[in-house]
Amino acid sequence: METAEEQILESVVIRFAGDSGDGMQLTGTQFTNAAALYGNDLATFPDFPAEIRAPQGTLAGVSGYQIHFGSKKINTPGDTCDVLVAMNVAALKANIGQLKIGGTIIVNSDGFDSKNLRLANVPEDQNPLENGSLDKYEVKKLDITKITRLALADSGMGTKEIDRSKNMFVLGLIYWMYNRSIDKSIEFINSKFKNKPQIAEANIKLLKAGYHYGETTETFNARYEVKPAEMAPGVYRSIMGNEALAYGLVAASVKSKLPIFLGTYPITPASDILHELSKYKNFGVRTFQAEDEIAGVCAAIGASYGGSIGITTSSGPGIALKMEAIGLATVLELPLVICNIQRGGPSTGLPTKTEQSDLMQALYGRNGECPVPVIAAATPSDCFNMAFEAVRIAAQHMIPVFLLSDGYIANGAEPWCFPQSKDLPEIKIDFAKPTEEKFMPYARDEKLSRPWAVPGTPGLEHRIGGLEKQHITGNISYDAHNHEFMVKLRQEKVDKLADDIPLQTIDNGAEKADVLIIGWGSTYGAIKTAVNALLLDGKSVAHAHIRYLNPLPKNIGELLKNYNKVLVAEMNNGQLIKILRDRFLVDAIGLNKIQGQPFTTEEIKNKLSEILG
Amino acid sequence: MTTLIDQTAPKLTPKDFVSDQDVRWCPGCGDYSILKQVQTVLPDLGRPKEEFVFVSGIGCSSRFPYYMDTYGMHSIHGRAAAIATGLKSSRPELSVWMISGDGDSLSIGGNHFIHLLRRNLDINVLLFNNQIYGLTKGQYSPTSEKGKVTKSTPMGSIDHPFNPIALSMGADATFVARTMDRDPKHIQQMIRRGYEHTGTSLIEIYQNCNVFNDGAFEVFTEKTSKKNETLFIENGQPLIFGDNSDKGIILDGFKPKVVDLTQGYSASDCWVHDEQDQVKANILARFFDNPSIEGHLPRPFGVFYAIERPTYNDLLNQQIAYAIEKNGEGNLDKLIAGKETWTIN
Ligand SMILES: Cc1ncc(C[n+]2csc(CCOP(=O)(O)OP(=O)(O)O)c2C)c(N)n1
Ligand code: SF4
Ligand SMILES: [Mg+2]
Repeated sequence: METAEEQILESVVIRFAGDSGDGMQLTGTQFTNAAALYGNDLATFPDFPAEIRAPQGTLAGVSGYQIHFGSKKINTPGDTCDVLVAMNVAALKANIGQLKIGGTIIVNSDGFDSKNLRLANVPEDQNPLENGSLDKYEVKKLDITKITRLALADSGMGTKEIDRSKNMFVLGLIYWMYNRSIDKSIEFINSKFKNKPQIAEANIKLLKAGYHYGETTETFNARYEVKPAEMAPGVYRSIMGNEALAYGLVAASVKSKLPIFLGTYPITPASDILHELSKYKNFGVRTFQAEDEIAGVCAAIGASYGGSIGITTSSGPGIALKMEAIGLATVLELPLVICNIQRGGPSTGLPTKTEQSDLMQALYGRNGECPVPVIAAATPSDCFNMAFEAVRIAAQHMIPVFLLSDGYIANGAEPWCFPQSKDLPEIKIDFAKPTEEKFMPYARDEKLSRPWAVPGTPGLEHRIGGLEKQHITGNISYDAHNHEFMVKLRQEKVDKLADDIPLQTIDNGAEKADVLIIGWGSTYGAIKTAVNALLLDGKSVAHAHIRYLNPLPKNIGELLKNYNKVLVAEMNNGQLIKILRDRFLVDAIGLNKIQGQPFTTEEIKNKLSEILG
Repeated sequence: MTTLIDQTAPKLTPKDFVSDQDVRWCPGCGDYSILKQVQTVLPDLGRPKEEFVFVSGIGCSSRFPYYMDTYGMHSIHGRAAAIATGLKSSRPELSVWMISGDGDSLSIGGNHFIHLLRRNLDINVLLFNNQIYGLTKGQYSPTSEKGKVTKSTPMGSIDHPFNPIALSMGADATFVARTMDRDPKHIQQMIRRGYEHTGTSLIEIYQNCNVFNDGAFEVFTEKTSKKNETLFIENGQPLIFGDNSDKGIILDGFKPKVVDLTQGYSASDCWVHDEQDQVKANILARFFDNPSIEGHLPRPFGVFYAIERPTYNDLLNQQIAYAIEKNGEGNLDKLIAGKETWTIN
C-alpha cells in the first residue's frame, strides 16, 4: 500500500449533495463540527428543498450542504466548491455548475443507473459518467450503495435501512481525505442511537469503512491538510443563526430579569427558534405554540402587558398576519420583539430559500402611521447580539422592535468566540410603582417612553387600547390636534432612539474613498470578502454594514458624503436603497439578487470593479 | 379559584369598580345591565381590585373595560382570547376576564375562541350575544337567524347561524353557561359560578341591541312569554318550566320531550340536570329551536356543563417549576457554551 501524498491547503469548499433522504445535512453538520473543533475558521450553507421528501432521484429533491473551511479568515460558504459529493445524477446535475474546473467529484455510481437518469431527465445515452462531460474534473467513481450493502450484509437490517447509512461512508471518506479524526462522530452516533444499538453499530461500521477505504484503496492519491486558522484567542463553539438568536433572547431575559414569553406558530425557517426556546423552561421561558400567527403575536402582547418580554417569531406570510397586532402594540406602547427570519416571497414563495425582501414590510407594512424600530443581524453569531439588542430596545423604550434575519444566516454556521454572561450589560427595567398622584399611563420620560404598569400593582389600574390616546392621560381621544400630535410623538419616539444606538462605522476600507458599498443583514460575509480582495488590489473602496435600519444611525448622512459613489447590495429588488435615496438624496446604485441564493463574492467584486472603472 | 382574602383591607363596593369614563353605549342598550352586574359581583369576590384584568376585542360590547376601574385592555377585533391567553399563562395569579361580542368571538375571532376553550385557560369569558354587529351599525352576525334582513342582507340572511353553547361544547369547554341581560340576579349568579370555576368559563349573555336588533330575545325576556319559552336549569333539579311550573322535560331515549305535569306526569319523571353529564349537556345545548315553530323546546339558561380539567396556565407553569427542579435554574454561561467548545490561545 502506498501512502497518499499530503498537501497543505489554505482553504477548501466541499459541497455534499444528494437526495433529501440521503442524509447530506447530517453529513455536512458532522464535518462542520469536526472542522470547527480542529480550529478551522468556517462558514456553511445548507440548501434544501421545501418538501420533506420530494420525489426521490429528481432535481426537486436535491439537498445540499456546503462548507468552506480554512486556516485563514472565512466569511462566506464559498462561491464555488473544490469537492462535490454527488449521491445521484440529479445531485450532480444540480450542482456541477458550482464546481471549480479541475475540482474533485465523488460520485455514488449506483445513483447513475437508468432509473436515476430518467428521474433526473438525463437521456440514457448521456450518462455524465460515460459521455466525457466530466473530463474537466477529477472524478472518483465509487459504488457506495454496493459497498454499504456488503459492509452491512450481516447486520440483520433491511436493505432500505442499510441504504440509509450510505452517508456515513461518505463522511468517513472525507474525514480521511482531510486528515480528521472520526472519534467525535462516533460519539455522536452512539448518543443519537442510544436506544438503537444495532443502527449505531451499523453507522459506525460504515464511518470506519469510509475512512479505511481512503487509506487502503488507491482511488485517492492525495490527502489534504487544512491547518487551524489564526483566530483571536478565546473559547469558541460552532453556532447557527437561529440558535444564536434564541440564546440572545435568553441572555437578554437573564440580564433584564424579565421572563420570556414566546408566542408563535411554526414556519420555515423560523421554527428552530421555537424548538430551541422550548428547551429552556428552567430559565423561566414560556413558549406558546398558538393556533396561528395572529394568536402568537397577540399572546406575546398579553404577556408583555403582564410584565414579560413578549416575543414572536415567524417568516414572510406569518409576519403579514401579525401586522394588525403590531400596530396595536405600537399604540399600546408595550415591549414586543418580532423576529422575521426572512425567506423568498411573495406569498408562500420560496420557503427554504433566502431573501431580504421584507425590509419595507417591517418599516411600513402596517395601517396608519406606525413607525417601529428595525434592526438586522449580519452573521449567524451576530444574531445573538441583535436579539439581545432587540429586547433591550423594546423593554427600555416600550416599543415593538423588528429583528430581521434570514434563512441563510439562520441555518448557516460559523465559529463563535462567545461572550461570558458577566461581560454582558445589564438591561435595567423599572416597572411603574404605586404613587399618591393619579396615575398617568401615557406620561413620558426623556426617551419619550411611557411607564410600564403591570396588572397587580395597587393603585395603577388603568385601561389601554387601540383607539387613539389622549397625550399623558391615555384616555380615548378623537381630538384632531391630539391625533396629529400623537402621530408625530410616536415618530419622534423612534427617531430619538438614534441617541441610544451606536454610530455607523466603516467595517472595512478607508473613511474616505471612491466607492462605498453598503449592505445590511446576511450579505455581510460576501461583501466583506469581496472588499478585502479589492483592498488588497489597492482599490479605493470601503464597506459599511447597517445593523440599525430604523432609526438609522445619526452619522450616516455625513458618512455618505465621504464617498464619490455608493453601492447598495441587497437580496431584493431594491429596498434599503430607496430609504437611503429618500433620506439623504444620494444617487446610490443598486446591486440586487433575487434568486433565493446569497450573493457570491464574485458577483459583488465584479459590480464594484465595474463602478470603480 | 382560591385566593386569600385580606381581612384588613376595606371592603370594596360596586362604586370602586366604576371608572371615570363616560359610558357611551346607546341609551337602553343591554350592555348597561351587564356592566352593572359585573360591578355588583366583583366586590364580593374578596380580591383586591388590582388583580382584575378585563381584556376585550372590538365591538360595542368590547368597550366594556374602559368603564371598569380595573386593569384593562381594549384590543383588536377577535383577538382578546389570544391576548388573555398570553397574560394568564404568564401571570396565572391574576383574575383575567374576557369581554367579547358574537362577531368578535364567533366570526373574526372564532379560531382563538375555540382554542381558548380547548386549552382551558382559567379565564372568564363574557360573550355578549346580540345577534348583530352593533358597532358597525347593523350587519347580520354569525348568530343571526336565517332569513334575517339587515343592511347587508336585504333579501334575508342565507347563513346558518352558530349555536354558541353547542360550539363551546364541541370545543371541549369545561364550563358552559347562558344568561340574559334582563335578568340581573341570574347574570350575577352565572358570573359568580364562572369565577369560581377553574378553567375557561364561557358565559353567553343574550344582550339586546335596541338600535339594530331590538327584541331579538324578547320571547325569553318578556314577562308574558318568559316562563313558557325559557328553561332555567339547576344542578340536581328536574327540568321544569312553564307558567305554573306545569311543564317538564323527559328523555325518551336520547330524545327530549315536553310533557304536561298536570296530565299524568310528575316532577319525578323529569330529566334531572347533571352539570357533569357531557352527553346530556350536549342534548341540552341543542335546545335551540326557533320559538315560532310549533312544538319547539324551551331555551335553557343556567350552567349546562361544568367539569374540572387541568388548565393550560397551570400545566405550563408546572412544567417550568419541574424544569427548574430537575435541571436547576438556568445557567446562561452553560447554555451559551453548548456541548462542545475549543480554546485558541
Ligand atoms: C380587523 C377588523 N375588521 C373589521 C372591523 C370592524 N368591526 C368593528 S366591530 C365589528 C363587529 C362587532 O360585532 P360584535 O362583535 O357582535 O360586537 P357588538 O358591536 O355587537 O357588541 C366589526 C366588523 C374591525 N374593527 N377590525
Ligand atoms: S348599537 Fe346596539 S349594541 Fe351597540 S351600544 Fe347601541 S344598542 Fe348597544
Ligand atoms: Mg354583536
